[in-house]
Amino acid sequence: MKLITAIIKPFKLDEVKDALKAANVTGITVTEARGFGRQGGHVETYRGAEYKVDLIPKVRLEMVVDDAVVDRVVEVIVKSAGTGKIGDGKVWITEVSRVVRIRTAEEGRDAI
Amino acid sequence: MDSAGLVWVLVSSALVLFMTPGLAFFYGGMDRRRNVLNMLLMNFYCILAVPVLWMVLGYSLAQVPFDSDFIGSFDSFLLSDITAAGDGGTLATIAFLGMFAAITPALISGAVAGRMKFSAWAIFVPLWLFIVYVPVFKWVYGGWLGQRGSLDFAGGTAIHVNAGIAALAAALVLGKRRVDPAPPHSMPLVMIGTGILWFGWFGFNAGSALAANGQAAQAFMNTFLAGAAAGLAWILVEWVRDGRPSNLGAASGIVAGLVAITPAAGYVSGGAPLAIGAIAGAVCCYAVRLKTKLGYDDALDVVGVHFVGGLVGSLLIGFFANPSFFEGSFSEGIFYGGSADLLIEQALANGVAIVWSFILTWVIMKVLAATVGVRAEEQAELTGLDLALHSETAYHD
Repeated sequence: MKLITAIIKPFKLDEVKDALKAANVTGITVTEARGFGRQGGHVETYRGAEYKVDLIPKVRLEMVVDDAVVDRVVEVIVKSAGTGKIGDGKVWITEVSRVVRIRTAEEGRDAI
Repeated sequence: MDSAGLVWVLVSSALVLFMTPGLAFFYGGMDRRRNVLNMLLMNFYCILAVPVLWMVLGYSLAQVPFDSDFIGSFDSFLLSDITAAGDGGTLATIAFLGMFAAITPALISGAVAGRMKFSAWAIFVPLWLFIVYVPVFKWVYGGWLGQRGSLDFAGGTAIHVNAGIAALAAALVLGKRRVDPAPPHSMPLVMIGTGILWFGWFGFNAGSALAANGQAAQAFMNTFLAGAAAGLAWILVEWVRDGRPSNLGAASGIVAGLVAITPAAGYVSGGAPLAIGAIAGAVCCYAVRLKTKLGYDDALDVVGVHFVGGLVGSLLIGFFANPSFFEGSFSEGIFYGGSADLLIEQALANGVAIVWSFILTWVIMKVLAATVGVRAEEQAELTGLDLALHSETAYHD
């Protein structure tokens, strides 16, 4: 089992979520996040004074999936979250040693 | 006071009370999210403490007798000589003026935002009310400055210039915030606050006629027009200078215009409110930048908006006062055939208010600094005054 974490542009969330559902991903966790990367920040002006906003709002998606579907899920995310412009985000994959569904105490693949 | 007048003054009093929560939102939205509740309570504290002080002694010292030169008396201590007999005009006036007394120290809170101990603020407000506000108010309304012929319809000198220069003194004694200024944490809150302020300002200005008459109606119109003209002027300057008009610019412009028309509301007519508003909007849009050049930390621009706006409006009375329009007994402005005498009286009244308010506010703050301390602990300032001073946070999931 693998944990897939994706940082995406907030306005892409609905599109990515629908694409993941269509690809039979059974659950995702969404968190509002802020961060910087190559995109850098932007400048806001209040009463003529400029403020640099260098942590930009992003959305973090997390999902635990079976090894067999990892590549397909990553492909779905990359395709649906991408705009081709700087700041599209990243996807990374982490090894997961154990998963338990709390309601039934099922483990492993059954718990996904 | 006739019954129509009584109704209007009572309604106006409630409108002016509503301005203090409006001001709290206007300031609170501009502050950091970790300090917003402290900002709100500094303002709400003024509508808790000041009505009590006003009833006990403030009104008596500020207005009884009306024509005393420098200070009133103890005759209306606890309002003991006031009864409900007759038309109720005196009681309505006491309530109305009490609302003014409440919002004036609240204006200062914007300059000291994010770093002042609440305990120090709790003592500062009563001291400032009696040492600075009451005497200046007395001199302008019924006292020696008013008797000389200076004009201040609803409190440009007595309230905005007075509180604005006090804000500068308070910010100077307090020193700069330890962390860099941040952009407003909630612009929608600022816009709501601005709307409430404008709404309440109709009571502030038109109610100051203390009657339901033509002067009240014209003051109402002037309040309407000057706010609009100043908001337009501010965003126009931004559009040309910075490339984009902004919400904070519109809000700041509206408030600057309302401040500027306050002293003039019952004395000017025709296009004058548009001119006064537009001039104040444009001037204040530049004045808020002075703090960066001069290096004082007036956190939410009380000096740039209230002091400068109030001064501009008060001085412009010297040009725009139009007694024939009102069938009034005040002097003509230069544009209506008057001499420069009125302008000189306006400058004198404001000069006196500026000197008195700046020096005594400075002294009050220095005394508080040396005794209870005025500056919040470093840790409280860095982690947020809401949690450190009030055990509350504004936003939960």
